[in-house]
Amino acid sequence: MSDRFHNEVVFAGFGGQGLLTAGKLLAQAGMAEGLQVAWVPSYGPEMRGGTASCTVVLDSVIVGSPIVPSPMNAVVMNLPSMKKFAPEIKPGGVLVINSSLIEERSDRTDILQVPINCNDIAIEVMGNSRSANMAALGAIVGATDMISYESIETALRNLFAKKPKLVEPNVEILKRGYEIGRAAREKAAQEG
Amino acid sequence: MAKKLMKGAEAIGEAAIRAGCRHYFGYPITPQSEIAEYLSRRMPEVGGVFLQAESEVAASNMLFGAAATGTRVMTSSSSPGISLMAEAFSYMVGAEVPAVVVNAMRGGPGLGGILPSQSDYFQATKANGHGDVHFIVLAPASLQESVEHVMMAFPLAEKYRNPVMIVADGLVVQMMESVDFDIVETTDPPDVEDWAATGTKGRRERNLVKSLFLDPLGLEEHNRKLRRKYDEMEENEVRYEEVLIEDDTKLVAVAYGTTSRVVRSVVEELRGEGYPVGLFRPITLYPFAYDRLREISKRDSVKGFMSIEMSTGQMIYDVRLAVQDLKPVGFFGRQGGIIPTPDDVRKAMLQELEKLGG
Repeated sequence: MSDRFHNEVVFAGFGGQGLLTAGKLLAQAGMAEGLQVAWVPSYGPEMRGGTASCTVVLDSVIVGSPIVPSPMNAVVMNLPSMKKFAPEIKPGGVLVINSSLIEERSDRTDILQVPINCNDIAIEVMGNSRSANMAALGAIVGATDMISYESIETALRNLFAKKPKLVEPNVEILKRGYEIGRAAREKAAQEG
Repeated sequence: MAKKLMKGAEAIGEAAIRAGCRHYFGYPITPQSEIAEYLSRRMPEVGGVFLQAESEVAASNMLFGAAATGTRVMTSSSSPGISLMAEAFSYMVGAEVPAVVVNAMRGGPGLGGILPSQSDYFQATKANGHGDVHFIVLAPASLQESVEHVMMAFPLAEKYRNPVMIVADGLVVQMMESVDFDIVETTDPPDVEDWAATGTKGRRERNLVKSLFLDPLGLEEHNRKLRRKYDEMEENEVRYEEVLIEDDTKLVAVAYGTTSRVVRSVVEELRGEGYPVGLFRPITLYPFAYDRLREISKRDSVKGFMSIEMSTGQMIYDVRLAVQDLKPVGFFGRQGGIIPTPDDVRKAMLQELEKLGG
């Protein structure tokens, strides 16, 4: 079982921040790498008004529980999500924080916190914050290295296949997020 | 087509299309309305009929009517809607017509809630309608298995001329997983000339599809005929999966559907830590795997069982029937639409193991 690959990411934020899409891209990229994947939306009463989230589980053998109360990693795009998920992440996990909207940091020292100004990056590239989710997605992939950059970029290119004008700017946002995530991972590795 | 990432509701809808289902009747209810939504788009593309009825009662009677012609038909609903359909379900068993029903179970009783549940176990396995009625009941745990179950449900229903129910839950229909339709066998509908109401065209005596038998001896004969079909189902259609049930397994958890996935994770984790636990996963809830569970219960190493469900305890009765008094049967469940977390299950299983003497 030691070489079995398993990973979990929760994507959380306001409805409309594109978190379900970001999760779907990760699931598609994982699938393209031959992994078993599950994408689980939070559904039910909490969908209205509060945080919207989805969980993506990747496994090289079989996805057991798709319900993951304490995920290995999380992407939080607003403060309520940060408060909800930062305490839940498993030790050693990654917390990607959208620092454009969240000033606070978690007081946990047993996880890798990756602040990234997702909205600002998206605005710089595209003139609006709609693609902030892609910066966050790039960051979590870069910070965890759970799948290759190529796989996630391919998934993104497929998503926008019918809207060619949107492909390159979104790829740029994804890539910038990925580099920030990767830099944080490499820095943490150096510091041991 | 290779593997595709799909939502459960869409995978179930697409599987029905690929299985040759060309008639769907339904009425919307959370959490499975997306099955109907998908088929409302897809059915016209293949020349089929999608019809949103005025109520569940109407939908299920339309299902009965279409099924009486021997065509492949399906409906889907969720717990309260399934209760409303029960009248036609009973008629369909009585009239011996094949059909496929999907129940995405939600918390009850009454309107209950909209979140995942397994509290329709009794209804699905023992009381889909009045009058000595059984459906074959399939309980998929993943989307790939949901696709397989939908595609095999049609030929199964035709083999026995009896409805087949697929019990999923809100999670199964709302989540996305990879599915591969190409690896699932498709079948051609059988010849139904000898029983279905397809029009005689002057060639033969008319076929009569009915559930009314006023002559008591005639009805008794009919009941016994149905019973023989149930016996055949019990003989031939039992399906289950065993996970890590080995020579030293002490505690056997029994769980199906979504719950079984959580339990599988916990069992793998506990095994890794050296705890002698395993998982028995019924795939058909009716017919239930009584014989196999009883065999397992006779092993000296096995000290007890534990039914883990999203209900207050329903499948546990079947586990007890299987095990009888040979070994104790514990229970853990969550209700109200709450899926047990791996932590919940881990604690419960460790406690149970403790009770059995470590």
